[in-house]
Amino acid sequence: MNTYQATRLVAAREIKVKLRDKSFLYGTLIFLLIAVASTVLPALLQGGPSTVAVTAAQAGPLRTAGLDVLVVADDAEAERAVRAGDADAAVVAGPTVIGDDRAPDDVVRALSTAPTVRLLDPDAVDPVTAYLVPFAFAFVFFVMSQTFGIQVAQSVTEEKQTRIVEILVAAVPVRALLAGKILAAGALALGQVALIALAALAGMRLAGSGDLLALVAPALGWFVPFFLLGFLLLAAMWAAAGALVNRQEDIAGASTPVQLAVMAPFFAVVFLNDNATAMRILSYLPISSPTAMPVRLFTGDAAGWEPFVALALLLLTAAGFLAAGARVYEGSLLRTNGRTSVRAAWRQRERIG
Amino acid sequence: MTSVLHLDGVDRSFGGRQVLSDVSFDVTAGRLTGFVGGNGAGKTTTMRIILGVLAPDAGQVTWQGRQLTRDARRRFGYMPEERGLYPKMTTREQVVHLGRLHGLGPAAARRRTDELLERIGLGERGDDLLETLSLGNQQRAQIAAALVHDPEVLILDEPFSGLDPLAVDTVVAVLRERAAAGAPVLFSSHQLDVVERLCDDLVIIAGGTIRAAGPRDELRAAYTSPRFELVVDGDAGWLRDQAGVNLVDLDGRRAVFDLAPAVDDQSVLRAALARGPVRVFHPVTPSLAEIFREVNQ
Repeated sequence: MNTYQATRLVAAREIKVKLRDKSFLYGTLIFLLIAVASTVLPALLQGGPSTVAVTAAQAGPLRTAGLDVLVVADDAEAERAVRAGDADAAVVAGPTVIGDDRAPDDVVRALSTAPTVRLLDPDAVDPVTAYLVPFAFAFVFFVMSQTFGIQVAQSVTEEKQTRIVEILVAAVPVRALLAGKILAAGALALGQVALIALAALAGMRLAGSGDLLALVAPALGWFVPFFLLGFLLLAAMWAAAGALVNRQEDIAGASTPVQLAVMAPFFAVVFLNDNATAMRILSYLPISSPTAMPVRLFTGDAAGWEPFVALALLLLTAAGFLAAGARVYEGSLLRTNGRTSVRAAWRQRERIG
Repeated sequence: MTSVLHLDGVDRSFGGRQVLSDVSFDVTAGRLTGFVGGNGAGKTTTMRIILGVLAPDAGQVTWQGRQLTRDARRRFGYMPEERGLYPKMTTREQVVHLGRLHGLGPAAARRRTDELLERIGLGERGDDLLETLSLGNQQRAQIAAALVHDPEVLILDEPFSGLDPLAVDTVVAVLRERAAAGAPVLFSSHQLDVVERLCDDLVIIAGGTIRAAGPRDELRAAYTSPRFELVVDGDAGWLRDQAGVNLVDLDGRRAVFDLAPAVDDQSVLRAALARGPVRVFHPVTPSLAEIFREVNQ
């Protein structure tokens, strides 16, 4: 059996155990519900067109505007209908629009004439979308690299804590253990993201706002490679942090630098996303490029060659971190007395195998 | 003979502290070799080096005359001193998993696991999560994990600790089977009575050096000073003045004594008979515990 086969066996076990973990399953379910709800609910809450009480004589233009018309005998009855809640609004002589507690915009629009507007420099992207999409990208990467990163660390520590690691190390190369864990976490994270994305898309279709997809798609294509490499980089750090400690309770302490590396880019992108210079720098820094570069691509700020450079930088850094993480992992995996320092783990060079 | 696991001049230190120095011994195929030593004597470190979990600073380990590789070690069975399996997996699943990591195919791993769990009395609990099993049953699961791939060599660190006498018998029977099938079996224990009952060969380690190694009976003979026990009807105090007798213990009618070299035990017996009836007169063989104490001095 070679390293590749061992890696596959290790990854398969990790995935199998995770897929049976109730908290993971419920978590995924809740994410899916949130994804569907956040795309469908706004459309549902908007409700249908207003019901407007009006005399037959004035009903014509309101019907044309697609409003729900309740024909009444006279103006007094129209007002009563609004008071009674049978209608959202009424149109009486004048014409005067009667509303309950706020002006019924769609009725007002139906009765007014809007001037033609011509913009000289229209925004490529609707400003709300321009804010929400980067935030969504950053959030997805943040949540995934945090939850699945912790999972890698916990799984490493579990093997150390239960000492099964000694049997494993005697049977398979240490690197196969590490690779299997990171692979499994990456596959699960990507699978969960894909599911959530599908749910969100289905929700958009239901709500009839499918046009956003066409808009997001190009940035989405870049998001996947950046996500994978960024995840790899962080997972290597998480694995090393998990290997330094012997008990699950100690992971939090040992992983502080990793958590910082996860959180800092998230907040940087959220708060600086309208600062072009900051975003340019963030989109090249390997730690923040997985969130910042797709955002710049989305808003159309990045030139065609830029994501390639950022991706290459990220790839090199991830490879470096993976090598360093593997070395710390190897150096601390069998040290079971107390917490190992990174320095001691780095120096420990067992010629295992 | 080629089917020998051979350690040759193994040294190892941790942070400047020498833990093993010049450790050499053989574990022969088909025999149970007991590995005894006090706490911190170096048993676990030695076993970890055999399994390649630790690297030696100097010296080497060979199996069938060849330097050990990872592929060779994958066919070893190992039970570490500190037990552990995945608490959230069932026994069956993890034994299958470990079998596969040791190179078994999926079907073979499942078949072997079923056989083994049945054999060691875990058949009915095989589908329970490991963490729900009693400690003794977890221990049995651990043994299944070490044996699932029909290992060529078995290295077991304290395999009997935590087992009730029935489970000890089961495990002993399984180990004997493996030995009979031609595997060298090395196991450490500080339950010296178990080792004494069980092992064919013995390796005694203290302070990181091998103090004695060889077939149990040879070692026992080598460490037997000519010691005798005598029980007579009268008082045995006269032995004090008998030439060539070195009293070890005297308690009224009963005495234990060593004989100086070249002194005939029969002359002592005749002297005793001349004083009255002799109820007991026999050579005393030392227990393993006594040999252990002696080599540790």
